[in-house]
Amino acid sequence: MSDRSPICYDSKIEGNMIITRLDAAINWMRSNSLWPMPMGLACCAIELMAAGAARYDISRFGAEVMRFSPRQSDVMIVAGTVTYKMALSVKRIWDQMPEPKWCIAMGACASSGGMYRSYAVLQGIDHLIPVDVYISGCPPRPEALLDGLMRLQKKIMGESALANQKKALFESL
Amino acid sequence: MNASDAAASISGKFSESVSGRNEFRGETTLVLRAEVLRDVCAFARDGLGFDYLVDISSVDHFGDEPRFEVVYELYSMKDGAHLRLKIPVSEDACEAATVSDIWPTADWHEREVYDLMGIRFTGHPDLRRILMWEGYPHHPLRKDFPLEGKPTDVPGVAFTATAPLAGGPFVTVPTDGTTQAREPRARTAGEVRNPEPAP
Repeated sequence: MSDRSPICYDSKIEGNMIITRLDAAINWMRSNSLWPMPMGLACCAIELMAAGAARYDISRFGAEVMRFSPRQSDVMIVAGTVTYKMALSVKRIWDQMPEPKWCIAMGACASSGGMYRSYAVLQGIDHLIPVDVYISGCPPRPEALLDGLMRLQKKIMGESALANQKKALFESL
Repeated sequence: MNASDAAASISGKFSESVSGRNEFRGETTLVLRAEVLRDVCAFARDGLGFDYLVDISSVDHFGDEPRFEVVYELYSMKDGAHLRLKIPVSEDACEAATVSDIWPTADWHEREVYDLMGIRFTGHPDLRRILMWEGYPHHPLRKDFPLEGKPTDVPGVAFTATAPLAGGPFVTVPTDGTTQAREPRARTAGEVRNPEPAP
């Protein structure tokens, strides 16, 4: 058991009781049940599907519940080329997702426009929505997506209380 | 009937309106005056058996007159023959007659040509943009439209911004030079946009 882990549990000492900080418990629950909003826009979506299927099995990380409703989603996986025609729709779906929410930009196109330096393609989804994890690759292999997911889990585990994260939001309420 | 016979047949019937005929590597091309396009297309379908319109595309000969060219790819399912028709379209008129009543598939092809090249098709039943959105002010495949795009905004629908090309690949410049001058693999920032044509 690591000294650094925010969650410690020793059944010999504590029996059926866990003592932890509320933040740590909430983060632990959130990071292990990230329900993705699969924003599949191009070939990266094929790799996203592969990550969801049996061989790579994203459910090992608690993220297998692909919700096609933004209201039930925690993390938006932007997988593919975001054209300007689609961009505001992606933003709108992002706005419909409840807090807390995270975004993974999967692949070169979603991260930076990729090879599509052109009039038709948004040069990175971070122009519209905040991105937590960028995954390189064209398209990234499913392992890369799983690595990105694990990094996002690590990031969530380090987050402080929601009241600290969203000060402006809480003050406005 | 193969494509050469079909081209000969069209040339015979519309002799004064066929301005060019070209056979290259087994592909037959006829250049027509724009006024007879519909008559030729109807004849090709009903008289020569070209029952399938493969594609309609357009070419921008920027700097030349007439500026545009609309290209029709015809195919005969029965004979396996492939015939290409071309009509010139001037920049002032920027119009061509629709063939969507002859081959219904032309409907969307003509919408695509209209959307990306800006050539209007008279008589088309529903000439809307098909790839870009309504309200987008440009026709992006024209040679004078920059690859990086132009900033636009249709509130609530879509916006565009210019892409940072940073001298990357695929950037072409209008020039008389060779392919290397026109489309180098990469261009460094600050290099002249319009290099001297190769001697």
